[in-house]
Amino acid sequence: MYENLVYLDNAAATRLDERVLEAMKPYFFDVYAVATSQFGYSIGLDAREALDTARARIAAVLGASPDEFIFTSGDTESSNLAIKGVALALAEKKGRHIITSPIEDFPVLHSVRALERQGFRATYVRVDETGRVDLDHLRESITPETVLVSIQTANQEIGTLQDIRAIGEICREKGVLFHTDATHAFTRVPLDVREIPVDLVTVSAHTIHGPKGIGGLYIRKGTPVRKVLDGGFQEFDLRPGLENIPGAVGFATAVELVTPEETARLQKMRDRLLERLLNEIPHTRLNGHPVHRLPHNANVSFRFVEGESLLLHLDMRGFAVSTGSACFSRSLEASHVILGIGGDHERAHGSVRFTFGRYNKEEDVDRVVEAIAEVVRELRRISPLGKE
Amino acid sequence: MPLPYSEIVMEHFRNPRNVGRIEDADAKAIEGSPACGDMVAVYLKVDPQTHVITDIKFESYGCASNIATGSIITELAKGKTLEEAKQITWDEASKALGGLPPVKVHCSVLAVDGLRAAIQNYEERHGLVKEQEPTTVEFVRKRLKHVMNPVVGLDIVRTKLVKEIEVQDGVVRVVLDLPPDHMFAPAMREDIEEKLGHRWDVKQVIVEFAG
Repeated sequence: MYENLVYLDNAAATRLDERVLEAMKPYFFDVYAVATSQFGYSIGLDAREALDTARARIAAVLGASPDEFIFTSGDTESSNLAIKGVALALAEKKGRHIITSPIEDFPVLHSVRALERQGFRATYVRVDETGRVDLDHLRESITPETVLVSIQTANQEIGTLQDIRAIGEICREKGVLFHTDATHAFTRVPLDVREIPVDLVTVSAHTIHGPKGIGGLYIRKGTPVRKVLDGGFQEFDLRPGLENIPGAVGFATAVELVTPEETARLQKMRDRLLERLLNEIPHTRLNGHPVHRLPHNANVSFRFVEGESLLLHLDMRGFAVSTGSACFSRSLEASHVILGIGGDHERAHGSVRFTFGRYNKEEDVDRVVEAIAEVVRELRRISPLGKE
Repeated sequence: MPLPYSEIVMEHFRNPRNVGRIEDADAKAIEGSPACGDMVAVYLKVDPQTHVITDIKFESYGCASNIATGSIITELAKGKTLEEAKQITWDEASKALGGLPPVKVHCSVLAVDGLRAAIQNYEERHGLVKEQEPTTVEFVRKRLKHVMNPVVGLDIVRTKLVKEIEVQDGVVRVVLDLPPDHMFAPAMREDIEEKLGHRWDVKQVIVEFAG
């Protein structure tokens, strides 16, 4: 139905890889049982083995040991558990202060806000105009009451990569736990918990051609986390609920299918797109960092045009992209990321995000550039702005 | 699932009528701002004897519903007298477009406001206006009828979100029956400030949320 679509919104959701589906199938039709305890029936033991193997495969890619990785329903749940779980575990012992940045994705941002409503104090550490965290401000914001620092690995909209090694080292030095939301970075940029001093890492399958509805959380051994959902004793008694074994197997398969060669191919397409857009369309600017950014993300603001109109015109021409315009968002609010890096509303309304994935082809780049050039020209013709 | 826009909306969005500027316009108005995400400029040519709108053009910086409504109101207003054109409502524009999604009412009301503001601009320039109306509680209530409750797409007065209005020494205070952390709270505050902040006798607009 969408075979001619050029899909450039891979940060939002990705097409499932057939090899992932094939790996999952047996756990729907054959080994469909619950993962039983070690004294259970055979089909349950096989399910248990599949779950544990999937866990070990993903943990290995993170440089973690298998008992440091739990499966969740996705990045929203992972970040909720990391932030609320640590905060609740340490509130009495240590304090009620938490540090994050203003440009985090909603699972982190809204978990922190929920804690604020329960009496926690939050500091939103300053970011510069490219979205990078001000490390001095972070260092001076940490107090003896600080229970957690939560700073993303890469930004969901503008793709800016944080210096999570430096952030982790500051947290280590100050004796504060560090959580990072790596939803958009995991497998596309190296992240090894043996090298980066990080205590909790949010990951998800939906950004890497895995299934929707499965994610995970790395929890360094000894990190105090209180469970936030009540139920059974699954996932080391941290995440109750029937295990999503097909999802876990699919997630592990998706992780292993990402290669540095593929990521380099996406980056090449991204670089060509940016080069052409910025050089060929006037009044266009890059959002985010020119170097420290996700290899498959481009985010550009076109002045004098509004994103939803741009998006609809592109949709009619067979291209799917995303925008930070208020008109497009469910809350009718402009992108908090563009505003958070000091951009004005106009820059947010005219911002367009392009994110590449496995199924994009090299020739898509030139086609999308030509379509955008045409649509921007047309929308500027009818715009009251930018004529003088 | 199809887009929540009607075929007519999409047709006007793709091919907007009467787009552009009238260089020697008899009147013009700009409603909205880049900050609120939508902006409409309306230009009029008016017959000085009959007060018939002989030409009208618009420009839009906004989403599809904003562009389509701008386009349809130029079609509705052309050939009408100023008095007739003043009566064009958002409902009429919306009907002519085959309906607009509730959440987009805000962006489309702007075009209707733009037409009215352009007519007012003509009347002011040609000595056709009466006294300037002072900002009273009643006036504020009237203006708030143009602020949409995006949850249902009806205005905040009709949906009983307005708890309290106070006007004192140029300070307008509006209390809404909505929690401060409601997803639409910032958008509605901005909209209300936009509607009243520029008034000649208003120094400050305070929007409070008490839900």
